[in-house]
Amino acid sequence: MTKVVFDEEKCKGCGLCVQFCPKKAIIMAERINTKGYHPAVLADEENCISCGICARMCPDAVIEVFKP
Amino acid sequence: MKQVYSVPKSLQPRSTHYCPGCTHGIVHKLVAEAIDDLEIRDRAIGVAPVGCAVFAYDYFDCDFQQAAHGRAPAVATGIKRAVPDSVVFTYQGDGDLASIGAAEIVHAAMRGERITVIFVNNAIYGMTGGQMAPTTLVGQKATTAPFGRQKEHCGSPLRISEMLATIPGAAYIARVALSSPGNVAKAKTAIRKAFETQLAGEGFALVECLSTCPTNWGMAPYEAMQWLEENMIPYYPLGEFRTPEGGAE
Ligand SMILES: Cc1ncc(C[n+]2csc(CCOP(=O)(O)OP(=O)(O)O)c2C)c(N)n1
Ligand code: SF4
Ligand code: SF4
Ligand code: SF4
Repeated sequence: MTKVVFDEEKCKGCGLCVQFCPKKAIIMAERINTKGYHPAVLADEENCISCGICARMCPDAVIEVFKP
Repeated sequence: MKQVYSVPKSLQPRSTHYCPGCTHGIVHKLVAEAIDDLEIRDRAIGVAPVGCAVFAYDYFDCDFQQAAHGRAPAVATGIKRAVPDSVVFTYQGDGDLASIGAAEIVHAAMRGERITVIFVNNAIYGMTGGQMAPTTLVGQKATTAPFGRQKEHCGSPLRISEMLATIPGAAYIARVALSSPGNVAKAKTAIRKAFETQLAGEGFALVECLSTCPTNWGMAPYEAMQWLEENMIPYYPLGEFRTPEGGAE
């Protein structure tokens, strides 16, 4: 299980999680979801500190965060 | 692994119609978190506005009513008086609350109605396509102010929190901003307090949430949050303007 779980179909590709992640661990995927948006994905699991900032700033309740 | 952030239970597990990056979604989450934390979902009754949040009843997992434009405080008054055990909140935009509904909000505060008002101030009419609101900043462009709001014939924007804080029946009045992780954390605390004020029977409570409308502002979501910090906060200072400790009269 990864530290950051995305409910990908709900993502609107707004990029707020990418901008606010203090570790720059999130990127937008190349693929598109059924809404037609590029969904956010965790690209750098190792550097993620499970701070929860991405989830707090996501307007669409896409993200849940876990700490090892 | 330990869960650090989970989606609030008082939200329906579905997608919203809000534009990408619109802070209405963040406000919805904070309201739902307060309902979860205070364990009041069974007693909570929301009142949806006319505006982009008109479908709020489809997104919260609690009882809801929808009011005519600006009349949510009047509808909430009726519900709270008829069912005093309920926890009643309105969710209103700045067009809804500060324009067509200006009288309702002032008089609900004057009567000290024991309701919680979530006031989303994005300085524009979102739903109808970006017309000027009473809260649009001087110089800010809108479809009805193509050269920017001009003070000479439109006046200066209304500071609703400061105005309502002069009313004796108002117990809790605060302004927060959905523009950074730190400000969102402060907004969560204020929204919870606004519900606690009602639970303690202390009087009228309102939280003004400075918000973005990326679509009608013509900005990317992150850029809109920066614009909010640089332009809205200097005119609309953050903080608590009235607290129950300070005393509703
Ligand atoms: C009686 C009445 N007058 C006008 C309208 C048109 N109208 C719909 S939403 C709206 C304003 C919405 O702006 P705001 O309250 O700021 O909410 P937002 O959409 O920005 O969240 C207006 C004027 C209406 N639906 N009913
Ligand atoms: S939990 Fe924190 S560090 Fe990890 S992806 Fe989210 S914002 Fe970045
Ligand atoms: S903040 Fe939410 S909706 Fe926006 S890109 Fe990230 S996961 Fe998607
Ligand atoms: S029009 Fe503005 S306020 Fe309405 S959903 Fe879109 S971004 Fe949000």
